[in-house]
Amino acid sequence: MMFAPAPYLLKDASVSRVMTMVCLALIPGITAYAWLVGPAILVQLVIASFTAIAAEAVMLKLRGKPLAMFLSDGSAIVTAWLIALTFPPLAPWWLVVTGTLFAIVIAKHLYGGLGQNPFNPAMVAFAACIVSFPALMSQWPSVGLQMPFLDQLNVILGLAPRVDALSGATPLDAMKTALKLAEGQVDIAHLLANQDIYGNFAGRGWEWVAIGYLLGGLWLWQRKLITWHAPLAFIGGMVLISGALWLYQPASFANPLFHLLSGGTLLGAFFIITDPVSGCTTPRGKLIFGFCAGLLAYIIRVFGGFPDGVAFAVLLMNLSAPLIDQLTQPRIFGMKGKQS
Amino acid sequence: MLAKLFKFYGGVKPPSNKTLSNQQPIRPAPLPSCLVVPLHQHIGGTPRPLVQAGDPVLKGQKIGEADGWISAAVHAPTSGTVVEVAMHVRPHVSGLESLCVVIEPDGKDEWIAHGPADRAAMSPADICQFLQEHGIVGLGGAGFPTHGKLKATPGVPMAELIINAAECEPYITCDDLLMRERADDVVRGIAVFRDMLQPTQVIIGVEDNKPEAIAAMQKAVEAQGEAFAVVPVPTLYPAGGAKQLIRVLTGKEVPGAMRSTADMGVQVFNVGTAYAAWRAIGHGEPLISRIVTLTGNVRGAGNVEALIGTPMDELLQLAEPNPDTDGIIMGGPMMGFLVPNEHAPIVKTSNCLIAHSERLFPPKAPEMPCIRCGACARACPHELQPFELYWHARAKDFGKTQQYHIFDCIECGCCSFVCPSRIPLVQYFRFAKSEIWAREKEKKAADEAKQRFEFKQFREEREKAEKAEKLAKAAAAQAAKKAAEAAAAASEAPATEQPAEAALDPAEAAKKAAIAAAMARAKAQREAAQPKNTDELTPEQAREMAEIEARRQQAGIVPEPADAQPATTETKPE
Amino acid sequence: MDILLAIAIMALGAVVLGAALGFASIKFKVEGDPLVEKIDAILPQTQCGQCGFPGCKPYAEAIAKGEVDINLCPPGGMEGVQRLADLLGREVKPLEAEEKPKQVARIDENTCIGCTLCIQACPVDAIVGAAKQMHTIIALQCTGCELCLPPCPVECIHMEVIPETLENWKWKYPVVAIQPVAARPSAKEAA
Repeated sequence: MMFAPAPYLLKDASVSRVMTMVCLALIPGITAYAWLVGPAILVQLVIASFTAIAAEAVMLKLRGKPLAMFLSDGSAIVTAWLIALTFPPLAPWWLVVTGTLFAIVIAKHLYGGLGQNPFNPAMVAFAACIVSFPALMSQWPSVGLQMPFLDQLNVILGLAPRVDALSGATPLDAMKTALKLAEGQVDIAHLLANQDIYGNFAGRGWEWVAIGYLLGGLWLWQRKLITWHAPLAFIGGMVLISGALWLYQPASFANPLFHLLSGGTLLGAFFIITDPVSGCTTPRGKLIFGFCAGLLAYIIRVFGGFPDGVAFAVLLMNLSAPLIDQLTQPRIFGMKGKQS
Repeated sequence: MLAKLFKFYGGVKPPSNKTLSNQQPIRPAPLPSCLVVPLHQHIGGTPRPLVQAGDPVLKGQKIGEADGWISAAVHAPTSGTVVEVAMHVRPHVSGLESLCVVIEPDGKDEWIAHGPADRAAMSPADICQFLQEHGIVGLGGAGFPTHGKLKATPGVPMAELIINAAECEPYITCDDLLMRERADDVVRGIAVFRDMLQPTQVIIGVEDNKPEAIAAMQKAVEAQGEAFAVVPVPTLYPAGGAKQLIRVLTGKEVPGAMRSTADMGVQVFNVGTAYAAWRAIGHGEPLISRIVTLTGNVRGAGNVEALIGTPMDELLQLAEPNPDTDGIIMGGPMMGFLVPNEHAPIVKTSNCLIAHSERLFPPKAPEMPCIRCGACARACPHELQPFELYWHARAKDFGKTQQYHIFDCIECGCCSFVCPSRIPLVQYFRFAKSEIWAREKEKKAADEAKQRFEFKQFREEREKAEKAEKLAKAAAAQAAKKAAEAAAAASEAPATEQPAEAALDPAEAAKKAAIAAAMARAKAQREAAQPKNTDELTPEQAREMAEIEARRQQAGIVPEPADAQPATTETKPE
Repeated sequence: MDILLAIAIMALGAVVLGAALGFASIKFKVEGDPLVEKIDAILPQTQCGQCGFPGCKPYAEAIAKGEVDINLCPPGGMEGVQRLADLLGREVKPLEAEEKPKQVARIDENTCIGCTLCIQACPVDAIVGAAKQMHTIIALQCTGCELCLPPCPVECIHMEVIPETLENWKWKYPVVAIQPVAARPSAKEAA
C-alpha cells in the first residue's frame, strides 16, 4: 500500500472540472453568435478543437508525458474555443489551424506545458495571426449578410471565393475608419444611426454576443471559479477612460456602453483576463492587472492601428504580471500593521 | 459572554463525520497484552529511564525522569514487570525507533500510593514541578509540557486564558465526549490554570457542532460558581488551531515568529490537558491514559479511555474494524498520517485512530501541474500564498520560501484540500522546512569546523614561534658557555686555531650544539619509553604487538615525542 | 567636416566615460576579495584536501582566480556544485569524485597504539588523545574528511556512515506515481 500523505479528505475539484465549467460559461455567447451572425462559428469551433487536441497529443508524446491524463484536462479545448471566438467567423480553415497550432505548440508546450505559460496562448495566437495576415483577420462578415450554412462552410474550407461582401469590418473598425476618414467632420451619433452596422447599443448582433459572454462570466463568478477583481477592474478601466474621453468630446469618442459591448471587451473581461496561469494572483495585483489592461485595450483600439486592442493589452500585462505579483503580496496573518 | 466573535481568513468545510463516533459514551479499554511506553512523548528533552529489565512496577510509578525544564516525566500505565528498555518503533511517519519501556501487565492494575496536591501550601513553582513530575503535557497534538506554559511573560499582563475545545478536525470526537461526561473535572482543571496565570478573562471555545458539550460545560461552570465564558464558535476548519482560535475569540493575530502566545497576553490549553491537570492535582494521578476516538472503517466506532503504550492494532480491535481496512491513520484526516507500523503504541498526543480503507478514503488522483488558480491562497488560514511556496519548494529555492513565510505554515492541509490539481502541497512545505533546518545545522557545523581549523593553524604557528624562541634562548646560553670555554682554551692552544674557532659565528655554533643536545635527548627518551599497558599481556596480544613492531621497523616509522619537529607537519595534506 | 565632428564627439564621450570609470575604480575600490569569502561560505569546511588544495580557503581562492573547476569537492556534493555555479555563473558539471554519504571516523580502541599521528593529521582537532594514551574521535566534531586514515600505522580507523535517527530524519521530496500502481508500474514520475 502506498503511504499517501494527509489530507485524506479532499474537496471535489479537478482541473478538467474547472475547464468544463469555463466551456459551459461560453455557451450563451456562442449561442447568440451562431444565431445572430451565422453558424459558421460552430465549424470554426470544431476545427480549432480538433487541431488543439491533435497538437497537444503530439507535443505530449514528444515531451514524454502521459497522454490520457493531460489530454482529458480540457485546457486545450478552452484555448481552442477562445481562438475560434476571437478570429473572424469566416476565416479560412488553415488560418484557424495555424493560430491554434501557434497557441498550443509554441505558446503553451514550448514554455513547459500546462501551468507554465507566461502569456495567454489564445492571445498569442491572435496577435501572431493579425500581424502575419492582417487582411484576412480583418474580414468580418457584414451582419446583414445571411448566407446559408453550406455557403459559409464552403468559404471556410476555401471552396468558394472570398467575395467582397465578406470584407466588412467589425463595428469598431468601421467606427474608427469612418472617424479617421472624416477627420472630425462626422458626428458619432450620425454614424451610429447606420442600422446596417450598429444595433441598439453597439454593433448589430455583436452586442448580444457580448451580453451572452457577460451572462456566462457572471455564472463563473457565482460558482467561485473566478473572483470579481480582474473582470471588474478591466471593465472599470475601459469605462473610465472611454467615459472620460466621451464626456470631453462626445462627437469624436463613442460612449462607454458602445465600447463595452464591442469587440472582445466582455469576452476578455471574464475569460481572458481571468486566465490564472498568465495573470496576476494576488487580489490587489488582479485589480491593477485588469485596470491597466482595460486602459491599454481602449488606447490601442481607438488610437492604435489594430481593430481591437484586447489581445495586445493582455499580452503587455502578462509581461508585467510577475512584477505586479511581487509588489502586491498581501500581509500575512499576524503581520498586519507592522513592517513585515 | 463575549462582546463579539472575529473571523479568520480562509478555512474549509470538510464533511465532519463526527456522528459516527459520538453516539456512545466513553468505554474503558481492557488491559492490552503488553505496553510499549516511549520515553520521549513530548516536545523537549528525552526523559531518562529509571527502571531496567526485570523490575516490577506499579500503576502510576515514574519510569522516566524529566530531563531539564522543557521535559516531563513518564509513568507506568499499569502494574506489571518491565520486560526491557529498548528501541521500539514509535508512532512517527518515518517508522523509526526510539527508546521505550516495555511492560508486561500482571492483570492486577495496582496503583502506586498517590494523593492530591496540597495546593494551599504550594507556591506556583511547586505546582509547576508537581505537574512536570506527573507528566502533564499538552494533549491537543503538540505535546508541549504544560508547566512551561503556566507563567505569564514578565511585563505582559495575561489578558485571556483560552481553553481549546473546538476539535475542528473531522472524525475526532474525544474532546466532545470528555466535556459531555467529565465537565466538572475539566472545569476544576481550568480553575487550576486560572489560579496560576491570573488572567482577566477565561474563555472556553467550543465549535457549535457540539451542543451537548456546550450545555454540559455551561452547567459545570455554573455549578462551581466560576466566571468562565463558554463560547460557541462557528464550525470551520481549522478553528481549533491555537492562533486561529485566539483570533476568533479575541481578535488578536499572533504572528508566526512569536514563540509563546503569552507575549501577547494570551495562553491556550486543550480541554483534555485541563482534565489531566486536575486528575494530577486533585487526585495525584499521573498522565497514564487518555481518551482516544476509534472511527473510520469500523463497525463499532466510539471513544475509549486507553492506556498510553497500547499497541495501535490492538486498540483498534475494540471498534471492530471491517475486513477491508488496510491501514491506520493516527490523528485526523486533515493532519494525521498513516502509521508505517501498526504495532506502534499510542502516545500522550494520540487523539484518534481512523481505520483506513480505499472505500472511505479513495486514492487520490495523480498530481497535475499547478495552474495558479489561487484556490489555495483563498483557503489558507494564515493568508500565505501556498502556490508560491510550492513553486519555490519544488525548485529547491529555499531562500525564497522563507521570503514567503514558509515557517508560518501550520500544515493544516486546507490548501491541499482545495487544490484542483491534487498537489500534495503540505508535503512540499514539510520537505522544504526540514531541508532548511538540515541546512542550518550543516552550516553551523561547517562554521564550527572552520573555526577549529583556523585555531589549529594558529596554534601550530604559535608552537613554532615558541620553539624558535626557546631555541634562540638555548643558543644564546650555549654561545655564552662556548665563548667562555673558547676563551679558556685559547690561552693554551696554538694561536693559529684561535682565529678559526673565533671566526665561527657563535650563534651558528650554539645552534648546532643545541640541535645535537636535543637529538641526544630524544634518542634517550625513545629508548627509555615503554608502552604503559604491557603487563599481563595475553599471548595473542603479545604476538600482535610483535607483528606491529616488526612492521614498524620495516616501515622505518618510530613514534615521535609530543613536541614534534616541524618537519612532520608537512606530510599532513595528502 | 561632419564626420570629423562626429569622431570628435565620440572621442570626447569615450574620454569622459573612461575618466569616470577610472575614478570609480579608485574611489570605490573594495579591499580584499569578497568573492573568495562567498565561495568559502558555500564550501563545507571539511578541510579534507580531496580537491587537491590544503584546505577549503585555498580552493576558494583558486576558484575565484578561475584556475580550477567547481566540481572538485565531494563533501559539498552536487548541491555545492550547483550553488557555486549559481554564484559564479559557470556551468554545472558532474562531480569528479564519487559523492559519499555523510560519515564519521571511528578508532578501534583495541588496536590503537597511541602514536598521535592521526591527531596531527586531523585538520579540525576532532581527535582527543596524547602520546601512549588512547586516542578517540569526537563524533560530533568529525567532518568525515578521512585524512586520519592514511597516517595510522595500524589501520585502526574506519569510516562509519551516520545512521538515520529521529533527530536527523527529514521529510523527503514528494514523489507521486501518476498512474495507479496496478495499471502502469513504469509510469512513475518524480513530481
